[in-house]
Amino acid sequence: MRNVLAIAGREMRSYFASPIAYFVIGLFALIFGWFFYAILVLFAEQSLRMGQMMGPSSLNVNQMLIRPLLLNASVVVLFFLPMVTMRTFAEEKRSGTFELLLTSPVTDAQLVLGKFLGAMALFAMMLLVTGLDVALLFWFGNPEWKQVASAYLGLLLMGGAFISIGLFFSSVTRNQIVAVALTFATLLMLWVINWVADSAGPTLRAVLEALSITDHYDDFSKGVIDTKHIVYYLSFITFGLFLTAKSVDSERWRG
Amino acid sequence: MAEGVTRVIEVQHITKRYGRFTAVDDVSFRVEPGEILGFLGPNGAGKTTTMRILTGYMPATTGKAIVAGHDVFERPLEAKRRTGYLPETPPLYPEMTVRQYLAFVATLKGIASNERRRRVDWAMERTRVAEVADRHCAKLSKGYRQRVGLAQAIIHNPEVLILDEPTAGLDPKQILETRELIKSLAGDHTVILSTHILPEVAQTCQRVVIINKGRVVAVDTPTNLTARLRGGETMYVQVDAGGADASPVLREVPGVVRVALADTHDGGVGYEVESATHSDVRRDLARAIVGKGWGLLELRPLRLSLEEIFLQLTTEESSQEVPRA
Repeated sequence: MRNVLAIAGREMRSYFASPIAYFVIGLFALIFGWFFYAILVLFAEQSLRMGQMMGPSSLNVNQMLIRPLLLNASVVVLFFLPMVTMRTFAEEKRSGTFELLLTSPVTDAQLVLGKFLGAMALFAMMLLVTGLDVALLFWFGNPEWKQVASAYLGLLLMGGAFISIGLFFSSVTRNQIVAVALTFATLLMLWVINWVADSAGPTLRAVLEALSITDHYDDFSKGVIDTKHIVYYLSFITFGLFLTAKSVDSERWRG
Repeated sequence: MAEGVTRVIEVQHITKRYGRFTAVDDVSFRVEPGEILGFLGPNGAGKTTTMRILTGYMPATTGKAIVAGHDVFERPLEAKRRTGYLPETPPLYPEMTVRQYLAFVATLKGIASNERRRRVDWAMERTRVAEVADRHCAKLSKGYRQRVGLAQAIIHNPEVLILDEPTAGLDPKQILETRELIKSLAGDHTVILSTHILPEVAQTCQRVVIINKGRVVAVDTPTNLTARLRGGETMYVQVDAGGADASPVLREVPGVVRVALADTHDGGVGYEVESATHSDVRRDLARAIVGKGWGLLELRPLRLSLEEIFLQLTTEESSQEVPRA
């Protein structure tokens, strides 16, 4: 565990020593803020219209504002996380520090887990910043906090799945651009894979929907914590990290 | 080599193939405790690959390696805990200060947190990098980078130190300092260092493994290597014979097998005189020359330098570099 934390800690330090952390957190906050503003304006208009038509009943803040906001955020996360993970292994290989890690008394699993936790910590910070926007709603409105918590839990799990893919692709190359491109393409593919589900046969449809990485997030955003989805994300993460560990190991054999 | 001495490092028939290319071919050698072993060979000879196998960075295709009493393939963590490794390029994180970096490495190597600070200070003092302790690794000069790399390798006081070209890219003063440091580390530590610079081996190492094209060509002490390859003894004699050719006279000295003209100087002619093995002909040569009334200007044994040995052992080497994967 000490090794895992040491690697995660160094990972965090290097995110903040390079501009990556500031760019990713800053730009993510900016784009999230823009979404927040746009949806809030829309929500306010709709509330006003509803109020005029049906008298003083209020729209559900969770359903009409927070849910679409965090659904959009999940797509933004898909764009940002490849940038976080691209350098994890590729940079170490390029600079030669990989040799230090692989000749230290550290197992592949500890190494991969450390990298994963480091990236997760940065992701958690990105989400924390968006929490400021959501906190405003609690200030002025009365949203259901459990539903918000569920949505954030879902985001965290989904982000974990994205990160595990990103780590894997970073571990297969020493070129960060290749790593980011492969990760991004894979995530996009997993996002849109269910778009043909409607026209597919029942079996294929079930498979496609099960594969879609963002589909599983939907229930979380509604405030439904279904073990099915938790298991999906956790097994996705485990599988991704397992592949990464195998890739690190195979790197030894290939040299 | 006393019988029963524990070998700190034992390499048995190690072969490493990349596809169809064989980088290391059936390499075996041993290192005794406290010894400095030089690993000598041209670029691409398989030095780095062998070292990477010993440090557990990569497994060998076949063969067995024991480092610090542990099999590097079967019990890699145990072996790694007892090994310090300086790769060809010091593995530094540019964004960390020297102190942060060494503390990180100390953690990785399993040093308890209450001891970490002391170990970091010790390693910095030993490698004389304390004055740059708070500088970022990215801003270090080549000499400091190399020394921080060395500090990283010794921080957990490992039994075995494996140093890949520790003096590459240093200026002459730094090279001397690094060699002294390595020598001072031997004794407590067993050291393998690789180099393609020959004097380095003669000056720092007790034994040499010469490797070429992935194969071990010779294992011996620098002195023995010199002696072994010498065959007979060769003398250089410079004679002022007043213009006469001294070679017939020299050839008549008992034990001399061959005389060749080496060079001519103002007032002197130099000859290379080769004698049969184990016969010292210096006295007889001097007597013969002086007896003729000539001036004996110089008389000294010619030794093969390590360079020559190296060339002899690796002559059939083709001119193109062997690619390293």
